[in-house]
Amino acid sequence: MLKKGFKRQLPLHLMLLPGIVLVFIYCYIPMVGGIMAFQKFIPSKGLFHSKWVGLKNFEYLFSMPDFYQVLWNTVFIAILKIIFGLIVPITIAILLNEVGKSVVKRWVQTLIYLPHFLSWVILGGVLIDILSPSYGLLNQFLGIFSIKPIFFLGDNQWFPFTIVLSDVWKEFGFSTIVYLAALTAVNPSLYEAAVIDGANRWKQTWNITIPGILPIIVLMTTLSLGNVLNAGFDQVFNLYSPLVYESGDILDTLIYRIGLIDGQYGVATALGLFKSLISFALVSISYWLAYKIADYRIF
Amino acid sequence: MVEGKSLGLKLFRIFNYTLLISLAVACLVPLIHILAVSLSSNVAASAGIVKLWPKDLTFKSYAFVLSKGEFLLSLWISVKRVLIGTVVSMLLTILIAYPLSKSGRELKFRTGYAWYFVFTILFSGGLIPWYMTIRTTGLLDSIWALVLPNAVPVFNVILLLNFFRGLPKELEEAAFVDGSGYWKTLWRIYVPLSMPSIATIGLFTIVSHWNSWFDGLILMNSQNNYPLSSYLQTIIVQSSLTNMSAEQLKNLASVSDRTVKSAQIFVGALPILACYPFLQKYFVKGMVLGGVKG
Repeated sequence: MLKKGFKRQLPLHLMLLPGIVLVFIYCYIPMVGGIMAFQKFIPSKGLFHSKWVGLKNFEYLFSMPDFYQVLWNTVFIAILKIIFGLIVPITIAILLNEVGKSVVKRWVQTLIYLPHFLSWVILGGVLIDILSPSYGLLNQFLGIFSIKPIFFLGDNQWFPFTIVLSDVWKEFGFSTIVYLAALTAVNPSLYEAAVIDGANRWKQTWNITIPGILPIIVLMTTLSLGNVLNAGFDQVFNLYSPLVYESGDILDTLIYRIGLIDGQYGVATALGLFKSLISFALVSISYWLAYKIADYRIF
Repeated sequence: MVEGKSLGLKLFRIFNYTLLISLAVACLVPLIHILAVSLSSNVAASAGIVKLWPKDLTFKSYAFVLSKGEFLLSLWISVKRVLIGTVVSMLLTILIAYPLSKSGRELKFRTGYAWYFVFTILFSGGLIPWYMTIRTTGLLDSIWALVLPNAVPVFNVILLLNFFRGLPKELEEAAFVDGSGYWKTLWRIYVPLSMPSIATIGLFTIVSHWNSWFDGLILMNSQNNYPLSSYLQTIIVQSSLTNMSAEQLKNLASVSDRTVKSAQIFVGALPILACYPFLQKYFVKGMVLGGVKG
């Protein structure tokens, strides 16, 4: 019925062309540009005339005392975000599910998604105000319980947790939806059977609800493995200051400062490449695991 | 249910409702506070006595913000960016998703093409080479620098191609019998039938363009070319945190422009808040679309 062959397919290939060209220029050429990591890159000389320095940039990086602290900060913040980013939404989804269909449920759902759609510039501005030790709303609230003002964004002991908690605050509502959708798919007759068998609410949750959404929990956990080096540039950049570099400086902010502020392009690219390669391995493994465990496919 | 359980159940209900409602409140209160501060007088705001309701109600901050040339200019650039960016991005998304929704038999190299796009999610060259590429292509300080480098949102392509795949094959075959080619079939059949899905993706694209700030910050040399989010970043965040000593940071209360900053934050958030009912309605659908699908 259909005429086969390349000529007939030609329109389909043409449709792909603009996308292929743009992706080539802005994604693939920068990948090749990664070889700047092995150069003393000078913009005016370009990629072809800058001096090759072998592994010098990497040696320099690994000899930087900050490097290990920054790597630790990144992994620490990222892993805490992954853990709380899984636990909180799952818990809230189960609790929301207990409420049943009601006005309260609808309102709560509507409100908890809201921060997800605002950028870290806006929320950064909001948090700087709310968390201020002198006039901030949160410290005034804590003052009611005679807690001394806490300098959330300027104290190295507090900063990483402020980052993790504010990220959970922004994103938990959004992540909750995935689990809520999975919860509605749990077969209601299982609950009816459990009630007849005399299982209480707690037992129902433990033996029916959680096993019911376990596949999606496993899938989300697996996929989140790829984020171990992503501590959240947008957020940290808008909330940190030199005061908290010690606990809050992460790989991405360091790359930005070395590269675009100090102009050490080669070193910054080397650090970027270091991050990209590890992330690539992590993301590949996580997708592969998700495929093996949950039959998840990207496309 | 057995009678004895009801007390425990009641207590749980009370606990559950309290927790959920306080969480919802925690998501809303910060914004209300900012709104209240922005509508208060300088004196009240600096004294830190404004909570959730404006003290000495005044619109002076908003009048000041809206009379600033740079603010209006960056607002205009943001509007331009959202319009051009969304149109370009949506066109590309549709044009890529349609061929990739075909089987490997109908489109030669389909798997190769798909991996070509998906690989960009897995690996990137990093910030510096990306910046240098854009610089070399001569886009710095041009609106296109905010549009072209991220014009192919691969996740959206995957969402749409899954939707396209779900449409009945017979429709397309019927169109072919009537003599339509691929182009006509795409625009006359696939696009109109996928409107809910396209609207969802379009809304997400609009939001992400509105919210993007970092690309504007590094790709525009002149402040006059900043979109609103980048402009807000420099005046709200940078001026509060960078280059400030601990003492200055602690004494931000004395900074008299707190109300103005709050007004700017609120104006920046306003378009999102205005779109929120739509976002809300569509994005659950979008999430489910993007969920576990083979």
